[in-house]
Amino acid sequence: MITIANAQLWVNDQDEALSFYTKKLGMEVRTDVTLPEMGDFRWLTVGPAGQPDVAIVLMAIPGPPVMDAETAEQVRALMAKGFAGTIFLVTDDCRASYEELRARGVEFVEAPEDRPYGIDSGFRDPSGNHIRLTQVRELATA
Amino acid sequence: MAFAPAARHLLRARDLADARYFEPLDVADLARVAGLSRAHFSREFRRAFGEPPHSYLLTRRLERAAALLRSTDRSVLEICLSVGLQSVGSFTTSFTRTYGVSPTAYRARFPPAAENALVPGCVVRAYARPQRRTFREDNGRAQA
Repeated sequence: MITIANAQLWVNDQDEALSFYTKKLGMEVRTDVTLPEMGDFRWLTVGPAGQPDVAIVLMAIPGPPVMDAETAEQVRALMAKGFAGTIFLVTDDCRASYEELRARGVEFVEAPEDRPYGIDSGFRDPSGNHIRLTQVRELATA
Repeated sequence: MAFAPAARHLLRARDLADARYFEPLDVADLARVAGLSRAHFSREFRRAFGEPPHSYLLTRRLERAAALLRSTDRSVLEICLSVGLQSVGSFTTSFTRTYGVSPTAYRARFPPAAENALVPGCVVRAYARPQRRTFREDNGRAQA
């Protein structure tokens, strides 16, 4: 059986991202290790407290030789435009989560709105990544 | 106004402890969320959940600290501060009382966090690849 373990987001600054995902979104740190043998590469993952088997990798944009400067610049440009990655989160109460996160300074680009599939909203992380926050409508089971 | 059972307010306080344990929360903050005086709140919380709020909040913090000792390479001081505790001395004391060993000794019982970090092979290949340094490349000038 194939399941999802991690999904990766590029971030401009790992400390800033860490603070956002833990303090504002309330996620937990899963792993935070710096590996000297890999040029001080920092493997940093966070995930929701109630979902221990799935994590988001907060990946810093590497320099050469891992990524050449031009590619890194392209990734940064895409992030700034909000096209570098998206994570879809679900909640059991979209409007309550929206109020709670907004009170903590989360920058929403879409306030909760009714959709055929439920109530949907969206915000950005400090790097510009697009995060959806959806309350999925309970579908009638046949 | 809708009537909410008293336990609902206590649960709100407990949820706050679970969600915001890394902030400098104390029992007074929890009591405020429950809308009760501190003494009354502590009594009611204990009756509802079987342990006093102070202990609930502390064990939540210690559980997270233990997880961070196992899964990160952060210092004990950093971990103490990141779970909402201010004093590394009292953190060490409560941790030792709860787990039977100091935070440092607890960490030493487990393999180093880096060994358990599931860094994918593709990342290792990319980042651990040595950078070849030759005279010409370092100079940035071809000498052909």
